[in-house]
Amino acid sequence: MSTAPAEISVEPRVHYLNVDYGIKSWLLTTDHKRIAMLYLASITFMFVIGGAFAVIMRLHLIEPTGALVEPETYNKLFTMHGIIMIFFFLIPSIPAVLGNFLVPLMIGARDLAFPRINLLSWYIYVVGAAFTMYAVVSGGVDTGWTFYTPYSSTYANTHVMATALGVFITGFSSILTGLNFIVTIHKMRAPGMTWFRMPLFLWAIYATSMIMILGTPVLAITIVLLALERLLHVGIFDPNLGGDPLLFQHMFWFYSHPAVYIMILLGMGVVSELVTCFSKKRIFGYSFVAFSSVSIAVLSFLVWGHHMFVTGQSIYAGLVFSLLSFLVAIPSAIKVFNWTATLYKGSVSYQAPMLYAMGFIGLFTMGGLTGLFLASLATDVHLNGTYFIVAHFHYIMVGSAVMAYLGGIHFWWPKITGRLYPDTWARFAALVIFIGFNLTFFPQFMLGYLGMPRRYAFYPQEFQVLNVMSSAGASILAVGYLIPLVYLFWSMRYGPVASSNPWGAKGLEWQTSSPPPTDNFEETPVVTEGAYAYSSEEAPVV
Amino acid sequence: MSEAPLALAHQFDDLDQQHEAGSLGMWVFLVTEIMFFGGLFAGYTIYRSLYLEGFVAGSHILNIKLGATNTAVLIASSFTMAMAVHSAQKGRRRAVMGFLLLTMLLGFTFLGIKCVEYHDKYVEHLIPCESVACSNLGLQFAPVEQALQEIQKQHAQLAHVELYFCFYFFMTGMHALHMIIGIGIMTYLLLMARRGKFNAQYYAPIEVAGLYWHFVDIVWIFLFPLLYLIGGRY
Amino acid sequence: MSQHIVSPKIYFLIFAALFALTALTTGVAFIDLGPYNTVAALAVAVTKAILVILFFMHVRYSPHLTRIVVAAGFFWLAILITLTLSDFRTRSWTPRPSGWEISAFSPQDGR
Repeated sequence: MSTAPAEISVEPRVHYLNVDYGIKSWLLTTDHKRIAMLYLASITFMFVIGGAFAVIMRLHLIEPTGALVEPETYNKLFTMHGIIMIFFFLIPSIPAVLGNFLVPLMIGARDLAFPRINLLSWYIYVVGAAFTMYAVVSGGVDTGWTFYTPYSSTYANTHVMATALGVFITGFSSILTGLNFIVTIHKMRAPGMTWFRMPLFLWAIYATSMIMILGTPVLAITIVLLALERLLHVGIFDPNLGGDPLLFQHMFWFYSHPAVYIMILLGMGVVSELVTCFSKKRIFGYSFVAFSSVSIAVLSFLVWGHHMFVTGQSIYAGLVFSLLSFLVAIPSAIKVFNWTATLYKGSVSYQAPMLYAMGFIGLFTMGGLTGLFLASLATDVHLNGTYFIVAHFHYIMVGSAVMAYLGGIHFWWPKITGRLYPDTWARFAALVIFIGFNLTFFPQFMLGYLGMPRRYAFYPQEFQVLNVMSSAGASILAVGYLIPLVYLFWSMRYGPVASSNPWGAKGLEWQTSSPPPTDNFEETPVVTEGAYAYSSEEAPVV
Repeated sequence: MSEAPLALAHQFDDLDQQHEAGSLGMWVFLVTEIMFFGGLFAGYTIYRSLYLEGFVAGSHILNIKLGATNTAVLIASSFTMAMAVHSAQKGRRRAVMGFLLLTMLLGFTFLGIKCVEYHDKYVEHLIPCESVACSNLGLQFAPVEQALQEIQKQHAQLAHVELYFCFYFFMTGMHALHMIIGIGIMTYLLLMARRGKFNAQYYAPIEVAGLYWHFVDIVWIFLFPLLYLIGGRY
Repeated sequence: MSQHIVSPKIYFLIFAALFALTALTTGVAFIDLGPYNTVAALAVAVTKAILVILFFMHVRYSPHLTRIVVAAGFFWLAILITLTLSDFRTRSWTPRPSGWEISAFSPQDGR
């Protein structure tokens, strides 16, 4: 069950969870660790809602003519599934939960640079989520998460404004979080912690924060213009009045493409931590991995037009975007090579976090490679608007990002709660998730290649077998996600008490008690060695 | 006394670190504002490149005297704001309050002139709005004779001129909103200065607010030629 | 404290320069320079912005990091504008088949 070294673990007397009780101490906290927990609760709630929409969609698609809902309702389902999962789960997940908790611990600081702004960012998130939930319960929105004009600005008669407002507000939560991380990493590193001694998770957070800062404001102004057009019936994006719908798409994707890198970069950061700890080995090519994070952040801003190859964009612009999209695959590939090389001749152990990390590496490779089909202009003409795209991005967002998130939650769970979760159940759940995920989304590659369009509430008879397979996989995946919900909750009360470093990992966060005290460290740590100074004598923990 | 321990937040080791973190934080925030306004500038650039005559016509309809005056007013307010920061660095409480007040007054002057301009556009039926609610309120895009003459002179299409005015109102409106927020921040600083919260060692909030105000000035420095000086008036 | 204090004289000089540049750009707008009107106006605006950034916002006396942050902001805006413009400007390079409706926003015809 527990794989911790056999030492007597005593829960520290006073730590950040029990230092104060009562709802005010949580809702008015400025402790980054408590704020991370507030985020954990909120995004889990949103994940359940977004997941429920997905379940209904997959059940509906068992029949070629649609088994459950009207087509108008189906449009609302895929729209709201996308909006909730992207803006209210994936984008805040690793940054706001793991990032908020870990950044000060990893750099040896007492808190983030701006703790009150951190709390404000959570409240902004909640307000944004409230607006979107209002839209959901009062009838939903059916424009697709991409809000393409002129449908969303002129013709849709669903709750576009409320949803757009919710997304607009939540964007500021993202911006403030990124701002906090950038300033903290620049100004508050512990003595001796140079840039190249930082754990790679911090490089990934820095790169992610760059994207949040530079991209989110453009989404904000795009939504403002959309709202104004809807309100005033002017023609910024409406061809009837001289506007160009493609301008909306350019501005929208300028943010939304880098946004997908917000979702994946930190997953990669988590995997770097997991792979090194569970192979008890230094990362292979530290500076390559560090710089690849930053290059992904930079290059991600140059490729957005690959979402618009078939919408009427100039073919010459398409050419440029296609070439740049191929380039952005390179740093991602570098990471995969480096993780693999790290595993080589390491003493690898297979606890649940490592299973999630390995799942990530495999599934990210598949998702990334299928992205190349889409980056290439000619094949994209055939595959755009089909289930191939749906499968591609779910391999990245679910098969990779969510798995990395779960791997990270499991890895740092002892640090966060001071308890160990049952690893056998965790490994079982990881396996169920892996199987369920592949059964859900691999058939979708085939469906897309065969020509089934996405966002359709019904399909030709010949696609039914693959659809049923996908829906079966989805039900397995749903079960897989429920299992950790149960045992993680259970462990908070009944799990064995964790020592400060149950995994034998390197990193400043493991040098303080589990859970940490409010100010993180008894005294400010001084850093004298690089990030992954695992010696070869360290015994493997199987 | 070389440190004001009451002003040091617990996550920082010393006032220097806190000051630097505050400055960097404001600069990173200003980058987000560059990208926020930048989206509007991008849309503007696209449509100006497509419909130059419409934009020239719209620009000629604007009151260049009021625009230039506003530019001068805002530049003066940047000067007084810089002097407020300077006074704070020297620990001169009354000077800080005086310069903050001056900056706010100049800000209000700018907003007042903007109101006059907006009112003029309302009277000339140049508010871009095609919704039913707007026409019920008497707000619609139906340029008066003088404006129509300019539009015809440039051989511009009405729809394109309306697009120009969309950008005029959205960009100056967004700018005005930021100014109002800036004046609000300065009110708060004024009250804090009155209570003696600042001294030569601790004045970071004033400096950081100054950065914000100068940014708002820079946005206008670009808005003025891009909105008022298109195509020249000869 | 290690923050550099700029003298009021410099502030006043910069203010005077900004004022003069505003008068200049307004005056030039009444002279026919053809396409160079826009170039002149933008050049003046950029100069004014640089003066405000360097002196009023103290970037001239600030650490390297500040300059990188400022440059990054403007650089990213340039990416947005340039790549978006590259789409609109090159659409006409692809000949359209005859007999099709010409779109309302084509830059070629005078519509």
